[in-house]
Amino acid sequence: MLHEPEHINLKIFACEPAPRDLAGAILVFHRWIQESALDELLIDVADYRHLPAGPGVILVGFEANYSLDLAENRLGLLYNRKKPVPGPLAGKLRQAYEAAWSACRRLEAEPEFRGELRFHPHACEVIFNDRLLAPNTPETFEALRAELEAFFAGLLGSTDFKLERVGEPRERLRVRVAPQASALAPQPA
Amino acid sequence: MKASNPFWKDYLDGQMPPHLAAEIDAFESDLALRRQGKIDERVFAEIRLRRGVYGQRYDSGQRHDGRTTRTLAYPDGKPTKGPKTVWDAPGMQRIKIPFGGLNARQLEVIAELAEEYADGVAHVTTRQDFQLHFVHIDDTPTLMRRLAAVGITTREACGNTIRNVTACPLAGVCRDETFDVTPYARMTAYYLLGHPECQDFGRKFKIAFSGCKENPCALVRMHDMGFIAVVREIDGTLRRGFEVYVGGGLGTVPYQAKLFAEFLPVEELLPLAIAVARVYTKYGEKKNRNTARIKFLVNKLGIEEFKRLVEEERAGLAPDPRWEEMLRQIPAYQEAPLKDAGLVEITTPRPEGFELWYRRNVYRQRQFGYAAVTIALPLGDITADQLRRVADLARKYTRETVRTTVEQNLVLRWVSEADLPALYAELEAAQLAEPVAGSIADIVACPGTDTCKLGIASSRGLAAELRKRLVAQGVHEDGDVSNLHIKISGCFNSCGQHHVADIGFYGVSRNKNGYTVPHFQLLLGGQWEENAGAYGLAIGAIPAKRVPEALERITQRYLKERAFGESFGAFIKRIGKAECKKMIEDLMHVPPYEEDPSFYVDWSDARVFTIGDLGVGECAGELVSPIDFQLAACEREAFEAQLLLDAGQIERAAQAAYAAMMHGAQALLRFKLGSSPEEPEAVYQQFREHFYDTQLFFDPFAQGKFAHYYFAAHRRNGAAHDAESARQQIEEAQLFLEAAHSCYARMLSARAGK
Repeated sequence: MLHEPEHINLKIFACEPAPRDLAGAILVFHRWIQESALDELLIDVADYRHLPAGPGVILVGFEANYSLDLAENRLGLLYNRKKPVPGPLAGKLRQAYEAAWSACRRLEAEPEFRGELRFHPHACEVIFNDRLLAPNTPETFEALRAELEAFFAGLLGSTDFKLERVGEPRERLRVRVAPQASALAPQPA
Repeated sequence: MKASNPFWKDYLDGQMPPHLAAEIDAFESDLALRRQGKIDERVFAEIRLRRGVYGQRYDSGQRHDGRTTRTLAYPDGKPTKGPKTVWDAPGMQRIKIPFGGLNARQLEVIAELAEEYADGVAHVTTRQDFQLHFVHIDDTPTLMRRLAAVGITTREACGNTIRNVTACPLAGVCRDETFDVTPYARMTAYYLLGHPECQDFGRKFKIAFSGCKENPCALVRMHDMGFIAVVREIDGTLRRGFEVYVGGGLGTVPYQAKLFAEFLPVEELLPLAIAVARVYTKYGEKKNRNTARIKFLVNKLGIEEFKRLVEEERAGLAPDPRWEEMLRQIPAYQEAPLKDAGLVEITTPRPEGFELWYRRNVYRQRQFGYAAVTIALPLGDITADQLRRVADLARKYTRETVRTTVEQNLVLRWVSEADLPALYAELEAAQLAEPVAGSIADIVACPGTDTCKLGIASSRGLAAELRKRLVAQGVHEDGDVSNLHIKISGCFNSCGQHHVADIGFYGVSRNKNGYTVPHFQLLLGGQWEENAGAYGLAIGAIPAKRVPEALERITQRYLKERAFGESFGAFIKRIGKAECKKMIEDLMHVPPYEEDPSFYVDWSDARVFTIGDLGVGECAGELVSPIDFQLAACEREAFEAQLLLDAGQIERAAQAAYAAMMHGAQALLRFKLGSSPEEPEAVYQQFREHFYDTQLFFDPFAQGKFAHYYFAAHRRNGAAHDAESARQQIEEAQLFLEAAHSCYARMLSARAGK
């Protein structure tokens, strides 16, 4: 690889049944801007609810975007890191996960979702949003596998999970974490 | 911004055409020089615009969050990328697609760029371009290199240049066309790209090609220069040529293009384009951008004098060997199918939903057994994943013959009809088979307040809402209403082409109950057919949240009262604009904020639309300032001017339009000074002194443009009008009054802040 991977995207999937109407997200994300709810520069809200398997509703920021993402018709909170994060990959993964999970917890508590939006902390996908630094090849996946495994082992507190390279070669490198089924039961709020 | 930016240049070395690579290197150097403060911000702004690098809403670093205007704290230490434009603020990248023609790899690269540099969505524009939003300027050279490697340039996508040359997306497969205009559009686009004679315009310049006169696909008559294919017998030989139009354009005040030549031989196409460019450069306005489009020059000179000047320039042009070279390449241009011609047999199993999709989205080509399939994109948007699916299908079913359309859709050409059921199934799986193409639900909308700096109201928010409702009601499926066109702009600038729709809307605001309330001005009677053959006129401003109800009322009335075979346009003309206005008048009411706050929030937004610091105490619906009534009276006058014009009373119409402006000026004077003179010259002088010289009336972007409409009408008052100049004066009166509303809102806001 030319360079340490950057621009980590991390999607934490919502528990099923997930709400289909994301109108509440417009209110919530605008309120986050008004209240400076996150410790970073938030710019605007983009509404893509008209795209059936699209980015849903995006909270556009300077360092990163947060979206209630509907790609592959599966709702999740997508954290899209735009600014590079210094340091090794483990730190970048941790930063992305912590930002994403913190946003998930906030969303779960927002009244607009009436308790119907829940996220599973261990059902997630990492997307390397730079085809040159992290081309979607088996070689790149193998080169990153050890670091990814170490990170998720720490996160899950277990090595009982599988990492899968998902999608097709033209897509960005995507790695899905597949914990054991028992670990995917809805978590207490 | 992207960590990989420094590596892409080496990676793509040898894959880019050398001239494009050199241009992008130069642009990258300009970025570095601007960062060092060595290029003036205004100069840099034009440089980046000519590379398609556009500003985006909130890039001034200020944003109203629904409560207050806040500074967006971008990192310090960088220069601006233009006047009042913060370097780090996200921007828009426009990608020029001449005549909308794309191949599969190009679609894939646009998908990659949408994911890596934007928000995962690519947007098809009303000029067959693509746009990516929320792009950082530091990423743009890399983005351009990746495009250049697949043969796409962003050069002259914006700025005072020749914009994307558009053409009918069915050119070459159309059953009605005279001949395929595609190679001529392509030749013109690449000949004029970067041409030295096209670098000193006062404003942008738009060109379109159409294969026929009757169908609207290319909207030739609303272009700066438009070409319609014609064939003429000369000396016993059929010769190809074009009917040529110049001086059309939408913008704030629409102009129909004038016929320049009934037959221009194809050999004269490029020389004529250069001769017109020379005249525009020499005689076009340069200082006042508001009157710098070529339509103003054609109007000022008159078509005959304009033509004389062009012919004079043409006579003096030294022959360019490329004229012949490029013409010689024309016959070599051809598209071919991938599969054998076929038919959907009666016995062929058809997936559910196929019939409606076939009726709506499939066009049988003039080549037997082949079809052009429209992929209707909601609001012109498509995700990166979907773009890759389209690329796959373009390879699987065609020889990658894809076009974008001015209706913000994609078209797959040369599909064997036998493959249609299978193609439908695959499109359906990719959620790309919505059967709405060309229907009332296939709404065109500009970016509006979502991302455009000039947007007043949410054109996309409204379009999404209307589309959702119309599809849910099945209105798009059948019947006379299903084929109507709706087009929406976020402001008066017409990027959504609201003037040429059966039902058009453009965003305005109104001061109601102490708040600024989002509204849409309704236009009826525009003509999409015959290459944008007629423009609609304003009926009245409707609160944004009541537009769906207004639409339903208008379409239901049409269904109920239309005569046998009567078109929507004919129906509107028959019942008259006064009746149209009566039909929606009660919907213009805005309830007090306390009663229904939703009226004070735009579609797809959560923020209170108004300037928050006005305070609730002043409004509550009870206190209405006299100026509210006065401005409403002025709007009535402007409306009545339209009715007079419709009745053929041209002079009275122009006089009423002038009176509406003068009374608007008086209303503002009374609000500011407590009184106003009555004598027209005194009103003019006082308005100039208190509103123009102080810049109080100035629009943040259009500056004093709308005041000039009033000044021009005042100077002209009493002079003779023809129908077109009267119509323009009415349009200008409407815009002057919109500006008066905005000025009033600003004055209110300033008073409340004291």
